[in-house]
Amino acid sequence: MTLQYKIIVGLEIHVQLATKTKMFCGCELGFGLAPNTRVCPVCLGMPGSLPVMNKAAVEYAILTGLALNCNIPRFTKWDRKSYYYPDLPKNYQISQYDLPLAEHGYIEIPLEDGTTKRIRIRRAHLEEDAGKNTHTLGNFSAVDLNRAGTPLLEIVTEPDMNSPVEVRLLAQELQRIVRFLGVSEADMQKGHMRFEPNINLHITRDGQVFKTPITEVKNLNSFRSLERSVAYEARRQLDEFLATGKTLQMGNKSTYGWDDINQQTVLQREKEEAHDYRYFPDPDLAPVAISDEWLNAIKSRLGELPLAMQRRFVAEYGLSDYDAGVLTADKATGVFFDTAVKCGADAKRVCNLLTQTGLKIANERQTTVDAVGIRPEQLAALARMADTGQISASSAAIILEEMSRTGGAPDAIAAQKNLLQKSDAGEIEALLEQALAENTQAVADAKDNPKKAKKAIGFLMGQVIQKSKGQANPKIVAELLNRKLGL
Amino acid sequence: MSKFQTILDIRSAIKTKQCSSVEIVGDCLGRIEKYNSTLGAYLSTFADKAMQDAAAVDKKIAAGQPVGVLAGVPIAIKDNLCTTFGTTTCASKILKDFRAPYNAHVVEQLLAADAVIVGKTNLDEFAMGSSTENSGFRPTANPWDVSRVPGGSSGGSAAAVAAGLCAAALGSDTGGSIRQPASFCGITGLKPTYGRVSRYGLVAYGSSLDQIGPMTRDVADAALLMNVIAGHDRRDSTSVPETMAAKMDYLANLDIPIAGLKIAVVPSLNAGADAAVQKAVEDSLKVYQSLGAELIEVQMPHFDYAIAAYYVVATAEASSNLARYDGVHYGHRSAAAQDYIAVYSKSRDEAFGAEVKRRIMLGTFALSSGYYDAYYLKALKVRNLIRQDFLNAFQKADCLMLPVSPTTAFKMGEKTNDPLQMYLADVYTIAVNLAGVPAISIPCGFDQNNLPIGLQIIAAPFAEDKLLRIARMYEKETPWHKREPGFFSHRLTPIYRD
Repeated sequence: MTLQYKIIVGLEIHVQLATKTKMFCGCELGFGLAPNTRVCPVCLGMPGSLPVMNKAAVEYAILTGLALNCNIPRFTKWDRKSYYYPDLPKNYQISQYDLPLAEHGYIEIPLEDGTTKRIRIRRAHLEEDAGKNTHTLGNFSAVDLNRAGTPLLEIVTEPDMNSPVEVRLLAQELQRIVRFLGVSEADMQKGHMRFEPNINLHITRDGQVFKTPITEVKNLNSFRSLERSVAYEARRQLDEFLATGKTLQMGNKSTYGWDDINQQTVLQREKEEAHDYRYFPDPDLAPVAISDEWLNAIKSRLGELPLAMQRRFVAEYGLSDYDAGVLTADKATGVFFDTAVKCGADAKRVCNLLTQTGLKIANERQTTVDAVGIRPEQLAALARMADTGQISASSAAIILEEMSRTGGAPDAIAAQKNLLQKSDAGEIEALLEQALAENTQAVADAKDNPKKAKKAIGFLMGQVIQKSKGQANPKIVAELLNRKLGL
Repeated sequence: MSKFQTILDIRSAIKTKQCSSVEIVGDCLGRIEKYNSTLGAYLSTFADKAMQDAAAVDKKIAAGQPVGVLAGVPIAIKDNLCTTFGTTTCASKILKDFRAPYNAHVVEQLLAADAVIVGKTNLDEFAMGSSTENSGFRPTANPWDVSRVPGGSSGGSAAAVAAGLCAAALGSDTGGSIRQPASFCGITGLKPTYGRVSRYGLVAYGSSLDQIGPMTRDVADAALLMNVIAGHDRRDSTSVPETMAAKMDYLANLDIPIAGLKIAVVPSLNAGADAAVQKAVEDSLKVYQSLGAELIEVQMPHFDYAIAAYYVVATAEASSNLARYDGVHYGHRSAAAQDYIAVYSKSRDEAFGAEVKRRIMLGTFALSSGYYDAYYLKALKVRNLIRQDFLNAFQKADCLMLPVSPTTAFKMGEKTNDPLQMYLADVYTIAVNLAGVPAISIPCGFDQNNLPIGLQIIAAPFAEDKLLRIARMYEKETPWHKREPGFFSHRLTPIYRD
């Protein structure tokens, strides 16, 4: 018996948009506030209240659609999706049914082997979020409607992913894109991105293909739980198939949750419920006509997307794919890097300074590298100093930290902190002569003992640098030493 | 207050200090006190607040300060308009104790014009009905014959105006709910173009059909109230921007007749009405002819489908609009429920009336998967055809004239057991809402039982100014709008001294 299987995964992603106000009212978005303090008659669904569309949310959605290579229809509308639930004030959600704001696109995801894979996007539509039920009051549940009315972009992919890692990579690439576009903070801790993978297996046994029943895992809010739940489901479905032979039928899709403590999926609903949401166009909202003018204005805000920037950094600056990936994790870093290099500095040097020190500073201050008080041209100047040997690599990091604290120029800080390297050959030569005279055994080893030569040379280098109080440029010390020893 | 004075009369009496707002409002409240138990026109009144507001207006006038166009005038509003004062019940037990945290746009406008809101009027529950018998609290009686209905759903507003329990009122019209009760009670009622008046704060029944409008003693008052309530409001996305249809001064040219007036008529439609109604409408047309108007026969080929389309569209929207009254978010909560699903079902079962339940079920069915295309989508197509019928007619004529209702006010209880019969009586008014065009009902005669008959005049979208001028042409020639219902016609306090 031969048995092979392929994992098939499609993903639904809810992205919370970073608009100032809610989808259909003027309440500001807020997180972690006292319950029911960011509400008004509209998002409470008060009798007689009416929704008014937030244009910025529509523009964010279109921008994302464009970044996902989607077709943007020129006419779209709002629909009411009806279901009864305590966190839904009107008992219907304003959403988009048959005319989403974006459809038929794709996203390129960078795989770990450096290649990319194209995942098709089925559609992306806008809707309002519901509130939150909490169950901390004993016999009663409480409802917090601060979140009700928050704009959500629901993105649906085709089932084009074939491994847990691919699913995670797609989610991460999407996070990078929406952050690049500035349409979402995509902060996982705040629930700005929520995932619902649909998973099944195509199993080939003795030349015959079997499809396992599709399962949907609800409400995942971390990349880790997303990847692990898909991996878990794949194993569980394989086991189930081997034990029962159950295959995909109409209506036998089941719903699972993710138990993070026990790292397993938990069955929530055995059969797909025959939901009838009774969609119909919302009569309170006018349909949205998207003119060429408007669409072009939005397109002009698109800018360079992360994957394109990453590839350019590899091609233009000769960076590794890994480094380019780190630099393009967020737009601020990518743009900052690019600007610094264009000011005239070695790309690899700038990259190291940014990724090793700049990002560390930004993280500590919970901000981005462009907001830590350093200008790109200053970073370029610092990189040049390191390149020309005026300062050592380790000094460069120290100077960068000081620059971010004081806003001072790198050369001034280097001088003030006594970090400028001595590159004056005459001065170094004098110290070198001294060191050679004091360490004759090491000189002999370096010259004649191949086994000990390397160590001896290192020792002599160290002596010279010590004598210079760390200020001698190691490159010049090495050159002089080699010449003196006749190597 | 002589109860049959118009807003314009009262306003000038107050402004010229012939009487005070306190006297007018006090008299009005006295009449309410005396007659409301019989009529059931009001569900709630604001006696103290109204007297304070009236005193404030008097003070302003005494101090020579500028006042609004409705200064000191007692106005009633239908109880499906949200107010921060009192309750907003929609005549439903489910909203018996609902207090809105905000004022409807039209209420803000009235208050800004210094009107004195005396109370909130009865209606069919959630504006669903044509007789006000569907009120969850009590029926309203017709001032012309208290054994008869005042029409509906704005029956409370119509009765209050007709009986002199206010100077004028606001109603709402989804399928005839302003025009039909205006007709039954012998007053003027205007349903504006959809989008002309903001719906913000009107508790929704059929959102794509609902429109707020004035119910008044004469056409001039309707024009004046339109000046106050019409116009764009950014809180209502369906309210039309000024750039598309500028707000007008409807009073300015009111008395200038339309030269070369062309009136569209559909003789086959008129034939469906009672003999007295037919005759009154025909006589009205003759009045217009005597004023130089030309009658043009037109066809309205899709008119017959209006009721069917309406009961799909309106109920579908209602089923969704009323979903929020579930005992969890809004409204009565059943004491018997043990879990949240039961809170929904029991609360709704206990507090909604039969007609509301009927319409919610109809609408839910029409929107259900597998039926949507056959019902809702089809109804939308019919709706477009009906609108086109009207627009075609307005290519040929300035307006279309029809009866408002095939009958005059019917007896209470006469139709309550036959909902379909009740629905069919709205044949002349419903198509207007589907088309979104403006229409007015003005008194045009009385039947053998001394019950008022209404003439319906319908005009092109946003042609309210023309519509009011056409109505005014007739009003000037005829006495009907000045007649008073006998029982209530004795004057309480003849404050209006010459």
